[in-house]
Amino acid sequence: MKNIDSKGHVKGESIYIDDISTQTGTLFGYVFDSPIAKGIIKNLDYADAEQLEGVVHIFTHKDIPGDNQIGAIIRDEPLLAENELHYIGQPIAFIVAETESIAKAAKKLIKLEFDEKPAITDVVEAKEKKHFIIPPRTFKLGDVETAFKKCDYVFEGEASSGGQEHLYLETQAAYSTPAENDCIKISSSTQGPASVQKAVAEILKLPMHKIEVDVIRLGGAFGGKEDQATAWAAMCALATYHLKKAVKISLHRLDDIRMTGKRHPYKSFFKIGLSKDLKIIAYEVDFLQNAGAAADLSPAILERTLFHTTNSYFVPNVRSTAYSCKTNLPPNTAFRGFGGPQAMFVIESAIAKAAYELNVDISDIQKNNLIVDNNEFLYGQIAQNSLALKSWQCVENQFNINDNFKKVDDFNSKNINHKKGISFMPICFGISFTNTPMNHANALVHIYQDGSIGVSTGAIEMGQGVNTKMLQVAANVFSIDKNKVKLETTNTTRVANSSPTAASSTADLNGKALLKACNKLLIRLKQTASEILNTDFEKINLKNEFAYIDSKKSNLGWNELVKSAFLKRVNLSESAYYATPKIHFDKSKEKGHPFAYHVYGTAITTVTIDCIRGIYDIDSVKIIHDFGKSMNEILDKGQVEGAVVQGIGWITMEELKYDEKGRNLSNALSSYKIPDIYSVPKVIDIKPVETEGEDMAIFKSKAVGEPPFMYGIGTYFAIQKAVKAFNPNYKANFDAPFTPEKVLLGLYNK
Amino acid sequence: MIEFILNDKIIKTEKHNAMVLLDFIRNEQNLKGTKSGCKEGDCGACTVLEGTYKNGEMVYKTIVSCLTPLANAEGKHIVTIEGLNQNELTPIQKAFVDQAATQCGFCTPGFIVSFSNFALSDIKPIKSEAINSVAGNICRCTGYKSIEKAAEDISNNLKTRDLNNKIDWLIQNKYVPEYFKNIPEKIKNLKIYDSNIENKSIIAGGTDLYVQKPEKMLESEHTFISKQSNFKTIEQFGNICEIGAAVTISELEESNILNKIFPDLKDYIKLISSLQIRNMATLAGNFVNASPIGDLTIFFLALNSKLHIVSDKNIKREIYLKDFFEDYKKVDLNNGEIIEKLSFEIPSENHLFNFEKISKRTHLDIASVNSAISLSVDNEAITKVYLSAGGLAAIPKYFEKTCEFLKDKKISSQNIKNAAKIAVDEVSPISDIRGSKEYKLLLFRQLIYAHFIKLFPEKISINKLSEID
Repeated sequence: MKNIDSKGHVKGESIYIDDISTQTGTLFGYVFDSPIAKGIIKNLDYADAEQLEGVVHIFTHKDIPGDNQIGAIIRDEPLLAENELHYIGQPIAFIVAETESIAKAAKKLIKLEFDEKPAITDVVEAKEKKHFIIPPRTFKLGDVETAFKKCDYVFEGEASSGGQEHLYLETQAAYSTPAENDCIKISSSTQGPASVQKAVAEILKLPMHKIEVDVIRLGGAFGGKEDQATAWAAMCALATYHLKKAVKISLHRLDDIRMTGKRHPYKSFFKIGLSKDLKIIAYEVDFLQNAGAAADLSPAILERTLFHTTNSYFVPNVRSTAYSCKTNLPPNTAFRGFGGPQAMFVIESAIAKAAYELNVDISDIQKNNLIVDNNEFLYGQIAQNSLALKSWQCVENQFNINDNFKKVDDFNSKNINHKKGISFMPICFGISFTNTPMNHANALVHIYQDGSIGVSTGAIEMGQGVNTKMLQVAANVFSIDKNKVKLETTNTTRVANSSPTAASSTADLNGKALLKACNKLLIRLKQTASEILNTDFEKINLKNEFAYIDSKKSNLGWNELVKSAFLKRVNLSESAYYATPKIHFDKSKEKGHPFAYHVYGTAITTVTIDCIRGIYDIDSVKIIHDFGKSMNEILDKGQVEGAVVQGIGWITMEELKYDEKGRNLSNALSSYKIPDIYSVPKVIDIKPVETEGEDMAIFKSKAVGEPPFMYGIGTYFAIQKAVKAFNPNYKANFDAPFTPEKVLLGLYNK
Repeated sequence: MIEFILNDKIIKTEKHNAMVLLDFIRNEQNLKGTKSGCKEGDCGACTVLEGTYKNGEMVYKTIVSCLTPLANAEGKHIVTIEGLNQNELTPIQKAFVDQAATQCGFCTPGFIVSFSNFALSDIKPIKSEAINSVAGNICRCTGYKSIEKAAEDISNNLKTRDLNNKIDWLIQNKYVPEYFKNIPEKIKNLKIYDSNIENKSIIAGGTDLYVQKPEKMLESEHTFISKQSNFKTIEQFGNICEIGAAVTISELEESNILNKIFPDLKDYIKLISSLQIRNMATLAGNFVNASPIGDLTIFFLALNSKLHIVSDKNIKREIYLKDFFEDYKKVDLNNGEIIEKLSFEIPSENHLFNFEKISKRTHLDIASVNSAISLSVDNEAITKVYLSAGGLAAIPKYFEKTCEFLKDKKISSQNIKNAAKIAVDEVSPISDIRGSKEYKLLLFRQLIYAHFIKLFPEKISINKLSEID
């Protein structure tokens, strides 16, 4: 089934925040932000700006009636700066004017005096100075110290991965309108409507029920609107609160890139120990996460980095420590993979380093160490139904791997101007919010008296097709035509206290809640049908919009059944709550069973580099992916394709550069490049691994949003092998992204 | 007053002629299908069609409305997604739905408009050409594979397109609504208002100005010259080629004269910005903008081109392009002067030309280093040579010393290595977002090698160049 939004999308009729019909007299907000990465405000003078015709008001922290705070995990981030400035782009004042251009003009009239202080942008410096967001955390398995002594080979090294701008096509936006009795309704481009609601209520010192947050859909998010959509909604709400007027903001792209956080850059130091038969015996790693200037979601992301220390490998002795380092960059935040990709890049680098030193192929080590059932992950969960080896073998068999390796060797021996590289990338990604209390969802279902259905859940539609999957759940339970089901907007008055749409878990959590609600209604409808048809409840089935007695179709159609139920005063509305069973995690021991299940898969990537110019093409990425039993193959495949390309972007061309003053030099689409249609792999071949599926997943269809992002990491090593094939003196380092610059310098370093 | 047709409606507006079309469409006309993604022409979400009445029919092309001044819409037919929508989905929209080529949907209208232009064009309906038509459109969700499949469906569906009755066929097959039929009649009746050149800044495509200072554009009056027909021709007079200042990059690409001189022209042009920008940006704009990395500038520097400049008092002068650039973003152009045209001597038969451009992303990106070379070889020796490169100095650089060295030299690995050393010594680039100094110098050397490897594949190879030291 196609995404139910497709028709609106292709006609340009789908509505995003900036397209909502605005009330007459709607005002426009614009943010005055910090020009320096660290310093103290000495004086803020906005008298001239406020005098400008058309400027309605300029808000500062002084106008905030409640807590000037948007930090969700740690209360360390003011909505509007008070005295201290911590990053370039930190909001200081919110200008509200009759038009956006007046607000922009007013910004230029604001005079800020400050004491500038030296900024820290480098994680190593931050670590040395002990600038941490939270105390370091360590996960352990076995005994690394003893184990390293027993290893035949030990290698040490470092690996860095860069940040990544989300570049959702729809920038951050919010529209807030006044409602009676001092209530406020906010339309927000957020993945977390409940977080927006809670933050706004605290900022305005209002009870949560006075704040309604509504989300139609997002024009892309990828994690960038999980926490970081809150500030803009809160600023609009603050203005609406004081002015009793509708206020809108839709960030200009340059402002969005400057002011918002990104994927965390990491610098990591590893030590890997192997036995003669290429078993990884011990692995030790220190992760230095560049968190930026405030906690945001960094502690949670740090945690997932620890969880994914060993990717899809079983390593009996591990010590993994992660430091969340505070720097003067915009607070970094969630991005597809949530710290997982950064961890996996490091172990893949460690394995590659060992392979290069031992003169074996990387895959010889990878394949030899894949996790199998009953192996223990470093966080105590026992691997069950592991598909690591199976997906690897499927890749070997279905994509004729021996032949591919041979072809690459042949090509390289015959060509000078071009070289090819080929690499495997296995993945294992845990599904659930690692913060156990967040694994819950609510759904609300109304069956209207004409037989049509309205479904509300806490899930946010952001292109991934979660609403389509929700519709499938309802249509499937009642066995009715999909046109009978409508997905409502995500709204805090219908579904309260929802977790953000994140962690790949949203379809599972909301789908399971919706399934429960629908099943409760189904029972009542079957009861009604049994009364009408005068037969036993157990014999009734609903199929293709008719009631069946055993396998015999009756005359009782869906619409008539619903109408009769309505007249019999049967409750046709239902809500249900789902909380993932079985999962738990003890942070004091760093052990538990945090994940409902794992998603596995293996990719094989082939690249060709131009050895004269240092540029490259990705020939193919072929994937065996663990979909479980996919409930929507076309949507799931789209998620894999999109994630792989985003992962490749992160590891190849997407390069964030900051100067020593904390200024983002890659501050526009002209200087920050994401994949275009020419730069993606010529072939992306995706096949499912054969499996029975997973009961903890909705309809046994496993979560798919994040895991395939990490297939992109394989491209790094394919490029690296091609560079090695050209330059025997190449000294492999692990410093993503592998830009054409690094390729060329690698091809010709001596 | 500006008159144009927006979808099926005649617009007569008194709005500032420098207002961007995107704002006019979304805010003044309340057409919300055209999306604002970056406001710098780098994402294509705001793509619209611009139709021009030419020789009795409408000719359409795609432009980014975020960088288009209202003035440049004058007398045109502008089509947004709303102007393509019909009761049923168009075959292009249907292909997108069928192939799940839309996820979040925000970039989708831009893609649909670009593909619709492909249908409206005479371009051969094959998948690769269909993909070229959306190369200026960025999608962050799909990874493009589903869009490629849609491109295949779209080109297959267009196989039976009747180019003799194109609009009728497209209307019949629901690619465009019926009102397209009446556009030529309507457009002829639009009034074009004279613009007075005196004391106003003169703007051609505006594709960089609108990126650099969009707000400033509304603060003063400008004259937009893109449509002035005396600056739009590409002509050959004997062995001299003359190109009008307001010729767009796309018009260069389509020129028979230029394609004959440069057989690989289409490949070079594909490396320059995006289709939408190429439809808007002009030759002289690239020169006057004086970016040290301007692709066209580097191209024409290697042809020893001359600029023909005319003042408001109609005083004419000529200057070599290589002498035009004085310092960073500073050119030899006085108040009241404008570039009228460029001319260069068409090289003789035994002439070779190559253009190279390397950027972080191969397409729709600004070069780290770009370079062009033009040379004539007689009896294995170089008789004439011009070499240029961008991204290495404050100005687009012409390599005087290197050219001097290469003159009369034989094509040998040793000579090329030595030439590259001289060339690298002629510049001292700075590290910036496009690359470190170290990288730019290495890359420049490699691009010089690339020129010769490409032009003399039998004589020069990378391993030979790497061997000798």
